[in-house]
Amino acid sequence: MDTLASHVMLLPIDNIDTDRIIPARFLITTRIKGLGRHFFNDWAHGSKTDENAKILVAGHNFGCGSSREHAVWALADYGIEAVVSTKFADIFHANALRNRLVPVVVQPEDHDRLVTALEADPESTVTIDYDTRRLTCGPMDIPFAAAISDIGSEDPETPGIGELETLLGQSRFIDEHEAVRKARVNTLGDG
Amino acid sequence: MTQERLTLFDTIWDDHRVNPDPAPDGGPDTLYIDLHLIHEVTSPQAFSILRDRDMKLRHPNQTMATMDHSTPSTPPGPDGKYVIENPDAEIQLAALESNCADFGVPLYPMGHENQGIVHVTAPELGLVQPGMTIVCGDSHTATHGAFGALAFGIGTSQVAHVFATQCLLAKRPKTLEIGIDGALQRGVTAKDVILWVIAQIGTEAGTGHVFEYTGSAIRAMSMEERMTVTNMSIEGGATAGLIKPDDTTFDYLEGRDFAPQGAAFDEAVADWRQEFTPESDAYDRRVAFNADEIEPMITYGTNPGMGMPVRNAVPDPAGMENKSDRVSFQRALDYMQVEPGRPLLGQPVDVVFVGSCTNSRLSDLRDAARIMDGRKVDERVRMLVVPGSRKVKAAAEREGLDEIFKRAGAEWREPGCSMCLAMNGDKIEPGQLSVSTSNRNFEGRQGKRGRTVLASPLTAAACAVTGEITDVREML
Repeated sequence: MDTLASHVMLLPIDNIDTDRIIPARFLITTRIKGLGRHFFNDWAHGSKTDENAKILVAGHNFGCGSSREHAVWALADYGIEAVVSTKFADIFHANALRNRLVPVVVQPEDHDRLVTALEADPESTVTIDYDTRRLTCGPMDIPFAAAISDIGSEDPETPGIGELETLLGQSRFIDEHEAVRKARVNTLGDG
Repeated sequence: MTQERLTLFDTIWDDHRVNPDPAPDGGPDTLYIDLHLIHEVTSPQAFSILRDRDMKLRHPNQTMATMDHSTPSTPPGPDGKYVIENPDAEIQLAALESNCADFGVPLYPMGHENQGIVHVTAPELGLVQPGMTIVCGDSHTATHGAFGALAFGIGTSQVAHVFATQCLLAKRPKTLEIGIDGALQRGVTAKDVILWVIAQIGTEAGTGHVFEYTGSAIRAMSMEERMTVTNMSIEGGATAGLIKPDDTTFDYLEGRDFAPQGAAFDEAVADWRQEFTPESDAYDRRVAFNADEIEPMITYGTNPGMGMPVRNAVPDPAGMENKSDRVSFQRALDYMQVEPGRPLLGQPVDVVFVGSCTNSRLSDLRDAARIMDGRKVDERVRMLVVPGSRKVKAAAEREGLDEIFKRAGAEWREPGCSMCLAMNGDKIEPGQLSVSTSNRNFEGRQGKRGRTVLASPLTAAACAVTGEITDVREML
């Protein structure tokens, strides 16, 4: 991961929930791919602007509500690679990392400046440098936080595979834990 | 925390941590999962991940599957078969059936006596017990925290992790105590309590935290009421919300199908008391509320934090300091077609929905029926009553609640999530205003461009009768 430079999709609204990112009726699928066409399907606040944007700049508390990983899949399938906000909801944040979608957290005052600049010039290019953790837009140069230390082991073709490999590597500990707590676990049968 | 006793959360986390030493530098621990709940919507891609790698479930018998989100709420035909109008839903439900058969997971499909909304059916079967860790690809898994279990929602890739290893990687959250002391006033329910709390703390106070609800008002609640409270923890930003187990918890569990039986039950209770009722005030943060002040609540905006006492005026964003707060707030009011400074009381209502994993248990249906008994649904209103499970439906029918609803002109439906999230065809139309006992008033949640007002079953039933936003206290 080094840098990402792109036009921006600007949706500076607080509390964008995962139902808005992809309404529940589009979760009637058994696949991961193809959800991008339902991305913000029912959006009620004007155009979504740049179709080629790889960066979404959203408002505070992005991704709240339902745990549906489909929200991340829809963003990724649409072509978004990073989301910039001041705060992300926990489950969305974790789901995003497993799919190599980067949640970029900036300070509220920096966010205000960025949104103001992008509203003035929607065609601006935003550059995100993951090594230096700086986001630049014209003369603006702001620091950000992103929990991307483990993202490199993830593969967009199989979400969460990096974490799964880590867990499988701990099978000895899991065996030991189960041997100790066996009597405490209730089950649904002998299966 | 060297001096203080650990909180309930800490106790459960440490009891389930698989890695011998805590993860360094805020990294993730490996957490053992006792019970994994699955449904048709968030499981198929996880089964595919296993299938692609030729892997098995580590413990199919610690996994419970049911069908709830995309199931029709209309009754089956004379042949006993359910009519599923959406072919994609039929494919998804069939996928759950074949996945469960192939991987050996116990499944309660449509029509089965144990079928229902996963968060209603698992507790009523006695599967949810104090001190457990429970996950589900569903954010309302927090419900099970009412039993003193650490229960939270996960994404689908983590569903695959739990399938394969019975564990997941998780960073230890902080704890936030929500203390509620005092007595609830007439017409005020558990739903009003949690809507009140979220209106005070906001939708993101719980981010990075687990809630623990304490205080005399919580102690006085039944298990069903406690589940209504913990259910909406995620609406305050916390993935989990706990209530310490007590006699109410143990009495509820006794005799349930999957609870320990006979002498083993007494031993289990002794164990739960010993392990999972710590006296501790070692919370990272705490907030406190006075139950006496809580009033019947409604929401006026497009997130569950935008709630107010039913008689209040809609707040005015003009006074908000931050521009983006102000803009977002005003957009929400515009979407809802409500005016700041004016109450919602008297606003016409199009649809009333009583159901969802928040409020579809027997006591919720009794609350609604108490208002509907001898009254009629206003002719402008469509009212749906959707019991949370087949057991709830059967129990309600034994009491004659279905007859009360039907006589009033409401639709009495088959169990499932239904109009809470409009996946199964039960939805409101663009522009319609719904008063709903569910948990989310997000834009379009109950149908494209639909407007949702969250409320208790008492308030929802009162609105159905009058056809407008109503203070239920006038009808009690």
